[in-house]
Amino acid sequence: MSAIFPTRGEKIFRGLNGSLLILISLLFLVPFLTVFTTSFLSEQEYIQRGPFVLFPEKFDFGAYKMLLLQGDAVLTAYKNTIFRTVVGTILQVGATSLLAYGLSKSDLPGRKIVISALIICIVFPVQIIPLFLLNKSLGLIDSIWSLIWPRLINTQYVFIMMAFFRQIPASLEESAKLDGCSVFQTFVRIILPLSLPSLVTIGLFYAVWQWNDWFDAAMFLISQGKLPVQNLMRTILLSSTMSEVITTGQTPPPGEAIKGAVIVISTLPILAAYPFIQKYFVKGMMIGSVKG
Amino acid sequence: MKSLRKKKSDYTALYWLMAPGLVYFFIFRYIPMLGTLVAFKDVAPFEGIEAIFTAPWVGLKHFRKFISSVFFWNIMGNTFILAGLRMIFEFGLPIVLALMINEVRLLKFKKAVQTISYLPYFVSNVVLAGMVFNLLSLHGGLIPEIIRFFGGQPEYYVGMSDTFRPVLVTAIVWKNLGWGTIIYLAALTGIDPQLYEAAEIDGAGRWQQTIRITLPSISYAIVIMFLLRISVVLNQGYEETLLLYSPAVYKTADIIDTYVFRTGLEQMNFSFATAVGFFKSLLALALVGLSNWTTKKLGQDSLYA
Repeated sequence: MSAIFPTRGEKIFRGLNGSLLILISLLFLVPFLTVFTTSFLSEQEYIQRGPFVLFPEKFDFGAYKMLLLQGDAVLTAYKNTIFRTVVGTILQVGATSLLAYGLSKSDLPGRKIVISALIICIVFPVQIIPLFLLNKSLGLIDSIWSLIWPRLINTQYVFIMMAFFRQIPASLEESAKLDGCSVFQTFVRIILPLSLPSLVTIGLFYAVWQWNDWFDAAMFLISQGKLPVQNLMRTILLSSTMSEVITTGQTPPPGEAIKGAVIVISTLPILAAYPFIQKYFVKGMMIGSVKG
Repeated sequence: MKSLRKKKSDYTALYWLMAPGLVYFFIFRYIPMLGTLVAFKDVAPFEGIEAIFTAPWVGLKHFRKFISSVFFWNIMGNTFILAGLRMIFEFGLPIVLALMINEVRLLKFKKAVQTISYLPYFVSNVVLAGMVFNLLSLHGGLIPEIIRFFGGQPEYYVGMSDTFRPVLVTAIVWKNLGWGTIIYLAALTGIDPQLYEAAEIDGAGRWQQTIRITLPSISYAIVIMFLLRISVVLNQGYEETLLLYSPAVYKTADIIDTYVFRTGLEQMNFSFATAVGFFKSLLALALVGLSNWTTKKLGQDSLYA
């Protein structure tokens, strides 16, 4: 490509392409911006300028104050989300990597059968009603563990981890065994430290899922005090008056502001971790696409 | 050389490590799979999974009821229209965007566009719905405001059956478009720059280079992604629909999965909902088989196994 001396047509093409990409990038950002600014709208400004305010004159924290300081609905939901994300991710990464480690040994007897059994699970995804009936029988309905056990392992991540483990030279394990390490010790002392980047990758996959999921909680949980942030947010988004969710004393901020604020509150941690998450996600994506 | 006995004990130890995973797959994957049998039974609202054994057999009663119900063709139509729209836009647009990003020479600009376009993928579906409600709100949403500015009379587009589908598909595309470019961008960086240099010497213009070099070079990635997508397309899209739809738009919004959710979990018609879900699984399986067969015909490894 004539990178050094672009022709006139080339210049026009680049200009057009660049402008279009800027426009597309703006389309990706605008929804974040409007939600963010709406969350700072006050009742006063709402009355003065009408409901549409792209840039508020004054940043009003009324909606945030109301959500975080009045009643503990949001804080409780936040606690539930943190619990399922931390505990869930640890258990998920543990179970996934242990299973994948065993299956990465090509001479393991019965390996083919187990792998076929896993592939069947990809082809036939679990249907929600039988899963619901199972959880009912196991006493998991309205238990926070219903957000962890039923989705303990994502089958595709087993194959991703398998691909990772296979890259580790067998000689390292051999020497560990000669030094008298048991299989479990070898796994903990040799394999895990070497595969830390990959563990972080699938850990982030699981953690983002746990943080963002609302569907399982909508199916399996009943009590409001057990719901994660996503589900509380759904309730707030669907309600027309906030008094259904949070009781308040004075004139409340406009409903739109509260809806915006709850989105900001629940998304901020993901956005804060985004640069870190993005790096690992892209990497995991590439490995996932090269079939293990 | 390790003794056979030593090796055997290693295998046993490995299986102990795998045990939690294997137990999980047995309980939470295979028992529900067996649980699909309740589609052929009459399960009472108070029963659990033990109904596989206890509930009475009713044969194909629930399947007949679904196929002859007044909703059947509507739901089937909606399911396949949504799947088709997703295959066109959610699958197609990332290829276009990847080609555009690939043409950017300024590395910093390229990185910025990528970082921004991946961002929506990380927001939850609830937030996605919240953004749709925010943008379309008649009380200060950006879109109605723009329409008013140009003298139009905006309506609540997410709440009307004519406009629900475009809104839903736009939201899904907005979320997944950037993320979908990753595979193609990776394939594009693998192209040998000498190919372009040679083409330029031969007098090929930019457009010809795209048609003759770029597209053929990523055609393999495109075909594989297409087949992977089509094999799961019926299993997706229900979360976004559930979050955005309302009874007013059921006519165009209701798909098999949302119907299962309502009849099964809200009305507790467990057997009927399982039958509907099983019916969809058969359709999905046909798509998996079709795409797997096609992949093999193309001379590649099959997608599964």
